[in-house]
Amino acid sequence: MVSQDKVEKSVGWLIVLTLLVVSVGGLLEIVPLFFQKSTTTPVEGVKPYDAVRLVGRDIYIREGCYNCHSQMIRPFRAETERYGHYSVAGEYVYDHPFQWGSKRTGPDLHRVGGRYSDEWHRAHLNQPRDVVPESNMPAYPWLAQTKALDTVGSDVDAKMKALRKIGVPYSDEEIAGAKQALEGKTEQDVLIAYLQGLGLALKNTK
Amino acid sequence: MSDFVSEFWNFYVVGIVLASVIACGVVLWSQSKVKAAPAGKVETTGHVWDETLEEYNNPLPRWWMWLFYITVVFALVYLVLYPGLGRFQGILGWSSVGQYKTEVQKADAQYGPIYDKFAKMPLNEVAANKEAMEMGKRLFLTYCMQCHGSDARGSKGFPNLTDADWQWGGEPETIQTTIAEGRMGMMPAYGGQPDVIGGEAGAKEVANYVRSLSGLSHDSALAAKGKEKFDKVCVACHGPEGKGMNALGAPNLTDKVWLYGSSEATIVETITKGRANRMPAWKEFLGDAKVHILAAYVMSLSGKAGEQQK
Repeated sequence: MVSQDKVEKSVGWLIVLTLLVVSVGGLLEIVPLFFQKSTTTPVEGVKPYDAVRLVGRDIYIREGCYNCHSQMIRPFRAETERYGHYSVAGEYVYDHPFQWGSKRTGPDLHRVGGRYSDEWHRAHLNQPRDVVPESNMPAYPWLAQTKALDTVGSDVDAKMKALRKIGVPYSDEEIAGAKQALEGKTEQDVLIAYLQGLGLALKNTK
Repeated sequence: MSDFVSEFWNFYVVGIVLASVIACGVVLWSQSKVKAAPAGKVETTGHVWDETLEEYNNPLPRWWMWLFYITVVFALVYLVLYPGLGRFQGILGWSSVGQYKTEVQKADAQYGPIYDKFAKMPLNEVAANKEAMEMGKRLFLTYCMQCHGSDARGSKGFPNLTDADWQWGGEPETIQTTIAEGRMGMMPAYGGQPDVIGGEAGAKEVANYVRSLSGLSHDSALAAKGKEKFDKVCVACHGPEGKGMNALGAPNLTDKVWLYGSSEATIVETITKGRANRMPAWKEFLGDAKVHILAAYVMSLSGKAGEQQK
């Protein structure tokens, strides 16, 4: 056994043993996740985000939507009655990083896709209280006035290439056509496209 | 879940977990053998700082030591009962999905018969039933208020459900179909077809005519020109008298109800840019029983359960 003297007085040993102790949790809880079928195989119907939704997702992150909205329906009846089927790991395979969030000030958004019309999202993002007077969500009117290509969409092809390196199967054509797909779309358009695609794979599964 | 891609990861997890627990036990055991110095004497580590400051080297208090032992025992008992050791699922057979399914089954057994009872009743009767309407209100406040408002009065572009004016028809079965199957409302945009309406100026004429239909202030000269265009184009959906058509969701233009607003500018915008909105279909998500109660609740909102309209 390493004596107390050695552990506490020799900086080298202290560093090595500390690292060993603090890494046990990660070695057990994180590393095996990369070698499980349920966390690495997409659920049927889950596809990589196309260029428009990918940029919409970047706007979701830029505006900090995750600060108030989770994307993680827990397996409790109270949540599945309200939002739909509980979330499963295979739905997040192409999320880098996932947007689970932890602060549930607003409703969970993991299955918001198709729940409201595009028109509703437009009215709601411009001024939430126009449609839900009780809402305390901030308004995001500038999204409708900014073209996505001028901001977060300007390097969409580079982002897709980076994502391809970590396993998202984008084809060369998809990457080449990314900017064209964003042509003329506002930040609001792409954000709504992202929201409308969320959670569709298990939308009506009971 | 433990659907590892290879058996290695099973042993990997089991190995590290057991090694960690055993290591904790060994460290505790080695420390518990340290005896306290006899009363009056104090053992120190030998460090001396700032001339006289020394570090005591007393063994851990016994009660404190026992708490640590309890955590080791707890960990072992937990790993036997619950999933945690690689592929081993624990002798209790617990899983979060299993717990969820039990919860749902219990709720179904409790609420299922109540839903069944109302699902078999005609909508008019459900709408008159106090218990069903309590349920309807809660369902409405969970699923419908985001668009139609918690008071069901809607907002711009989202219909007021309390005014007994129905875009798609107010018969009980029609309301139920609207909720179950959803609706796609579509007013075409005429701004890009100057030969049909005559651009912005033409739209203004039509708007004046439309305002005249419901007795709002208007310019009669413009309205007269607008009528000609209305009779050629708008008549297809809104009808010769502008009373609309439920089958297409074309609103009645002769009443006081305006989905998007009645000002001349708003009507011109509606004509030139069109309007498109959608009522989502709820059948798959909510199931027939809840849709049935919601339809009855919506009927009750306008105070004329089942009665028609306009």
